[in-house]
Amino acid sequence: MKNINEVAKTRTPMREQEPKVRARNFLEVPYGYSPEEAHLEAARCLQCPRPMCVTGCPVNVNIPEFVHLIDEGDFAGAARAIKKTNALPAVCGRVCPQENQCESKCVLGKKFQPVAIGRLERFAADYERENGLVQIPEKEPSTGKKVAIIGSGPSGLAVAGDLILRGHDVTIFEAFHKAGGVLMYGIPEFRLPKDIVQKEIQYLEKLGVQFELNQVGGQSVDVRELLEKEGFDAVFLGVGAGLPAFMDIPGTELGNVYSANEYLTRSNLMKAYRFPEYDTPIAVGRNVCVVGGGNVAMDAARTAMRLGAESVKIVYRRSEAELPARAEEVHHAKEEGIEFCLLTSPISLQGDEDGMLASMTCVKMELGEPDASGRRRPVEVAGSEYTFDTDLVIFSVGTGANPIITHSVDGLELNKRGYIVADENGRTSIDGVWAGGDIVTGAATVIKAMGAGRVAAKDMHEWLSQK
Amino acid sequence: MLEILYKREIAPRIFEMVVHAPRIAAKAMPGHFVIAMPDEVGERIPLTIADFDREAETVTLVLMTVGVSSTKISRLNEGDSLYALIGPLGNPSEIENFGTVILVAGGVGTAPVYPIAKLLHETGNHVIVIQGARSKELLFWVDKMAAVCDEHIVCTDDGTYGRQARVTEPLQEILETRREEIGCVWTIGPAIMMKFCAKTTEPFGVKTFASLNTIMIDGTGMCGGCRCTIGGKTRFVCCEGPEFDAHEIDWDSVMKRQQQFKCQEKCSMDRYVENWKTTGNP
Repeated sequence: MKNINEVAKTRTPMREQEPKVRARNFLEVPYGYSPEEAHLEAARCLQCPRPMCVTGCPVNVNIPEFVHLIDEGDFAGAARAIKKTNALPAVCGRVCPQENQCESKCVLGKKFQPVAIGRLERFAADYERENGLVQIPEKEPSTGKKVAIIGSGPSGLAVAGDLILRGHDVTIFEAFHKAGGVLMYGIPEFRLPKDIVQKEIQYLEKLGVQFELNQVGGQSVDVRELLEKEGFDAVFLGVGAGLPAFMDIPGTELGNVYSANEYLTRSNLMKAYRFPEYDTPIAVGRNVCVVGGGNVAMDAARTAMRLGAESVKIVYRRSEAELPARAEEVHHAKEEGIEFCLLTSPISLQGDEDGMLASMTCVKMELGEPDASGRRRPVEVAGSEYTFDTDLVIFSVGTGANPIITHSVDGLELNKRGYIVADENGRTSIDGVWAGGDIVTGAATVIKAMGAGRVAAKDMHEWLSQK
Repeated sequence: MLEILYKREIAPRIFEMVVHAPRIAAKAMPGHFVIAMPDEVGERIPLTIADFDREAETVTLVLMTVGVSSTKISRLNEGDSLYALIGPLGNPSEIENFGTVILVAGGVGTAPVYPIAKLLHETGNHVIVIQGARSKELLFWVDKMAAVCDEHIVCTDDGTYGRQARVTEPLQEILETRREEIGCVWTIGPAIMMKFCAKTTEPFGVKTFASLNTIMIDGTGMCGGCRCTIGGKTRFVCCEGPEFDAHEIDWDSVMKRQQQFKCQEKCSMDRYVENWKTTGNP
């Protein structure tokens, strides 16, 4: 173990596009580390004998091992070390909230800045991929067991990555025409290039995972039939959340009022930001308001800015301290010129004669007593209503459970909010059916969904081995 | 998979296609819809299922060319494949024995009415179909429809075929003279027609279903683009519909929402046509 006084106190910065430039393009914001920068940063790791960082990772990546390999200059070896427990390192290195996970536990972080684990993970994965060094690992001998996974988002991909290595036959059913789930439709290109997602999916295909695209669980694919007629031994449901919430205020049905899901899906999956080269259109607002303060709201606001808006506001009913988005996302948004209208909540939307949005009325809020979530409850300030012009409003105020899959399976236990009830191993009320990710927890993060997938995969493997 | 086995232009700009789609054919029911994509850069467009054959593993689609993606689909030939076809989506029609049922089919809405009429007929209902179009050349499936109903009233706006009337006229007459017989009414066609059918049936207090064809992307409840105000509440057409109580639908907002991309659609179509002209290949 290194002496804490011998390492650099601050982390190696990662170069990124200038805010003014990047606010008008869809290219990725940070450039990633060079080998020299990665080496500098990896050298800061103390190589703790009892590494706390690993406990902070939902998929328990052996962080000291891969950081050490980077320090030694074995970059591809580092990527392979990560892939032992995480099939999607290029994705996780970009979108995990490391500041709340591995990096929050880094011993170095107690006195100085923690090791930039996420940046190093991204570097290792990119280096391996860009230099054609990706290897297909040995799989265990075939077990002859068939597993169906519904949904190709983070949880489903994690299950697939683990079970295929264990020798099971794995098929993923995806409702969209491209695999990846939220990685494809939700997270914008400038945070997670879609080519990288597809490369990670191709890696799983090379491992032998079969993808059946355009198949909707609960509609074209039936869970009971998979088990009883199509010869599958186990099923994992990782269909994600769904049903975007609107605020139930007058004017919600107006044109140019979107859910963040719709706005981002148009731009990301359907590539409407390249319209008319791609056929799917999207509204380019002049004065845009995004209602909500989470990561999805930041993504929507930054997308609207890149599409050419003159002004983009985040309208959030609590104060800056309560913003649920990652600090880094908020920082990036501010740098790009997104305004924050805090302690503000919309109460109605007004349209023109064609039914297109024209203005929004908001009310000022103040923070009262803490609510069930422990955050101070926002309360309306009487007489504070004001109306301003806006031609595009995007609601990013959460999602509800999608009823399609859950209602299609008789005997599948759901909770009061419509999400699937699963135990600590992801087992549902139906024998042979597991679930994980947002359809169990409600909207959360990519890595939490992957973590749930890995836990379920372990249990599925044990169950299948005894079957 | 998704190979086009049969294609005909059955009326100007209206195409019938039979597509090999085993999983969809196995589960399709009257009232369901699908989402189709012509190619990788295409839009996802919802189309109601016009017919299906479980043994042949096919579904029949009828589409009218409106924008770029529907035009691209219409230009695919027998032997070509769609890039994507997703379904069946939505909920099937609620079919039971209602006694006598009136189905009002307008324009391209004739296609989704057909499987509903067929199943209602097989279920023992006395089926009255009122089939309308602007003009004779836009009518299609007249004989096919006649084979699955007990009374068939065809009307055109200009009188070039059948009775010269709007579909609401025979609808009004039947309700005035035979109200007691009528168990319920379906109306599928342009939103404006469905709105007036709903207005016609409302005073008679007869249950009326309308099938909405809104803008949508995923078709599985994720995007919310298909939302409509129904009975004062926001409802999603893709996973709660596509059929709703026609008397509860806020028709004016449905029609306005359908127009929200009209500028972009025109721009996209102009570009497509221009490309077509200059390169001979869209």
